Amino acid sequence: MDYILEMRGITKTFPGVKALEDVNLAVRRGEIHAICGENGAGKSTLMKVLSGVYPTGSYEGEIVFDGQPVRFNGIRDSEHVGIVIIHQELALVPYLSIAENIFLGNERRGRFGVIDWNKANAEAGELLRSVGLDENPVTPVGQLGVGKQQLVEIAKALSKDVRLLILDEPTAALNDNDSAHLLDLLRRLRDRGITCIMISHKLNEITAIADNVTVIRDGKTVETLSLHAGEVTQDRIIRGMVGRDLESYYPERESHPGEEVLRVEDWTVWHPTQERKIVDGASFTVRAGEVVGIAGLMGAGRTELAMSIFGRAYGRNITGRMYVHGKEVRPRNVAEAIDAGIAYATEDRKHYGLNLIEDIRRNVSAAALEKLSSNGFVNGNEEIKVAEGYRRDMNIKAPSVASVVGKLSGGNQQKVVLSKWLYTDPEVLILDEPTRGIDVGAKYEIYTIINRLVAAGKAVLVISSELPELLGICDRIYTLSAGRITGEVPVGQATQENLMELMTKEKELAA
Amino acid sequence: MTRTVPPSSEPEAQSSTAPKDVAPAVALHTGTSNVRTLLTSNLRQSGIYIAFVAIIALFAVLTGGTLLAPGNITNIVLQYSYILILAIGMVIVIIAGHIDLSVGSVVALTGAVSAVLVIRQGMPWWVGVLAALATGLAIGAWHGFWVAYVGIPAFIVTLAGMLLFRGLTLQVLDNISLSPFPQEYGRIASGFLNGLIGGQGYDAFTLLVFGIAVAGYAVSQYRSRIARIRYQQPVESFPLFVAKIVLVGAVVMAFAWQLATARGLPIVLIILAVLIITYGIVTTRTVFGRQVYAIGGNLAAATLSGVKVRAVNFWIFVNMGFLAAVAGVVFSSRSNGAQPSAGNMFELDAIAAAFIGGAAVTGGVGTVVGAMVGGLIMAVMSNGMQLMGVDQSIQSVVKGLVLLLAVAFDVYNKRRAGASR
Repeated sequence: MDYILEMRGITKTFPGVKALEDVNLAVRRGEIHAICGENGAGKSTLMKVLSGVYPTGSYEGEIVFDGQPVRFNGIRDSEHVGIVIIHQELALVPYLSIAENIFLGNERRGRFGVIDWNKANAEAGELLRSVGLDENPVTPVGQLGVGKQQLVEIAKALSKDVRLLILDEPTAALNDNDSAHLLDLLRRLRDRGITCIMISHKLNEITAIADNVTVIRDGKTVETLSLHAGEVTQDRIIRGMVGRDLESYYPERESHPGEEVLRVEDWTVWHPTQERKIVDGASFTVRAGEVVGIAGLMGAGRTELAMSIFGRAYGRNITGRMYVHGKEVRPRNVAEAIDAGIAYATEDRKHYGLNLIEDIRRNVSAAALEKLSSNGFVNGNEEIKVAEGYRRDMNIKAPSVASVVGKLSGGNQQKVVLSKWLYTDPEVLILDEPTRGIDVGAKYEIYTIINRLVAAGKAVLVISSELPELLGICDRIYTLSAGRITGEVPVGQATQENLMELMTKEKELAA
Repeated sequence: MTRTVPPSSEPEAQSSTAPKDVAPAVALHTGTSNVRTLLTSNLRQSGIYIAFVAIIALFAVLTGGTLLAPGNITNIVLQYSYILILAIGMVIVIIAGHIDLSVGSVVALTGAVSAVLVIRQGMPWWVGVLAALATGLAIGAWHGFWVAYVGIPAFIVTLAGMLLFRGLTLQVLDNISLSPFPQEYGRIASGFLNGLIGGQGYDAFTLLVFGIAVAGYAVSQYRSRIARIRYQQPVESFPLFVAKIVLVGAVVMAFAWQLATARGLPIVLIILAVLIITYGIVTTRTVFGRQVYAIGGNLAAATLSGVKVRAVNFWIFVNMGFLAAVAGVVFSSRSNGAQPSAGNMFELDAIAAAFIGGAAVTGGVGTVVGAMVGGLIMAVMSNGMQLMGVDQSIQSVVKGLVLLLAVAFDVYNKRRAGASR
């Protein structure tokens, strides 16, 4: 068998933790090889070993690349032989042009060591064509959407004569269109002979594109499955990842909607700096004991709608009325929105949801410190007790509430965010992409928590890019397109197809 | 997950001997912490204390013991009190992710306002103090307005303030120094409380005040220990707890003895102690303090958690203005007058104190106590080098290197913490 990469018996230990234990990975030349595993299973650590972030000697085992044992002491070494890694958080400089980004650290020099911009831009243009990105190389990267930035990253990798391209969660932040485009590009790169390792949580993408998939669990290789036989289903991969069958992706729930908790009428929001409406005349309701979904493509205004409701945290010239339990409320800031019984758990927990340098305790209490204080003094012991309670209830995996949240896995961070908002005791909880970037097992736990909330009579509004998720957990789904509500579908009548149709409806009218 | 002691085990928790065979998580939760874990678990803080002790020991040896002589200890307190007062405000500003470059100019202006009223106009000393404090609050509100409500970075606002208030100082003073203050005013920084209840060769009153302070410390520590046990928090073993109290008490009383055998209890030390205790509590135990840390740690997350970021930022700067005014009063009292160039470079000493004391350049991290230790490290070094007759230029070089190394140590620590993931 012709393997371009073999990692044999990789063991990596951190003080007190065995992150990887005797992991084996064999990647064939010219294939797309997927790596699956729950968060914290060790995928990222394995890729850091491979790319030289953890230098030779800091782990046990050997790496054979292209038939030669290799020893990397840094990313430069691994890039030198043609291994390029593209991280989930893109590493582009927003103020520099596409060409400048592509050749950053690898500049095209002319005479006297001065950069030859004509040559650079021309080469960049070619690279952009090869990844199917129709943009001028002098455009600043900050003006591109995430999907296009991802393509720039790939172009940058191609400029380095990549032989093994590693993508960490490449489609996590992309909408369906951009994802499809990216997967298509990976196929074409494979045809050009570039081997690709792809870490992903999106099993449908893996089964659609990968040749082989290696499953990692708890720092060990579980199995490598060939996807060519067609026998391997998503369920089969999940079984490998979690070590058991998940009865279903979505826990069962009986639906008993009660009275109306939140009503929003004719809600219009303008872009904070530009002269355009981001949300246009949206009206919707959420009832007690009900999970309501909002489906929309990227840029449809989902997050903006939610944040503008949440104490005008987004936008300007906001008009419209909102009622909580039939009573009109007009929160002018986040504190008033929380007082009105609204909670909003952000889609971007690292930037908007958590204080990553603080511990679990102080993050859980952050939005409801008044409940823990009298005369402005915080009762620290009571605070620990409260946080401890949530740690247990939510099954947050950390040794104690004094653990810094920046060091938790994505799923556990998300549970801290949820704990924070539950402690404000909201009437209606808005969850923006509650399971983004977290693994299957933690997703299931989050769904279970949502079910517990609605069983307790709370109203939950879920925003999600993943239609199966909305179909799996919601009672009703609104579709949002270009800032307008284009449909309201009870889950019994909803399918991915009719939702997608509604989600793209207004766009075509506008175009 | 394994963990938590059942409620019925409270009595055992008090005896604070966790069984050996339980999971580590349980031990973390209710068990005892030994000296080693206490030190390593908080290296960032304990490192600074160790460095402080080492620097004191070093200069005590280099100066042949003069550093710790009664008269000199009193001197250090008097000489650096205003830097420490500034550092209290500065560390709060830095925790919130800002900086204040203007405090030196504010010290000058508040002192000048006071001097003009008391020396030139002949008003009572307390009018000068109140006017200085009011000026400081107004300046703080000015800075707070631009930073919090207009959204201009504090670096720019206070850089402008540095020039602006230095200029106003010159205006107020007509470019000349004013002195001397009446005797009452001078007592603020140079006065002592002593002889109130006698003593032979030492001041009994000083010892009494410190004795009460140590007792108060012991009681509050004991009460917080009881509360922690009631909430099943980890506490150190009882002997260790007693040892800690005795050690702190011994150090404090030794310090008190040195003061008592010199000139007694400096009034400015009382002011400083009240400020440190007050702001120590404000930063660690109040909602306002928490919000300061939240803003510095992640501004966006704090905003979306309902923290009124603008109001908090505004009051942080008002507070800084107030403390700069207190420092201005103390400094003008100590120098017995107002000079156009007063307080030059004080901001840099205050900023250095905060960073040496473990505050993070990126915000969200820092403590008042740390800043005080940072300030005292600078104070002991300056004083020690002065006693040794080291040239001013070398002193500056050493101070600069210490600041750099302190922050480098902090960065190294953080990287290590990050790598252990």
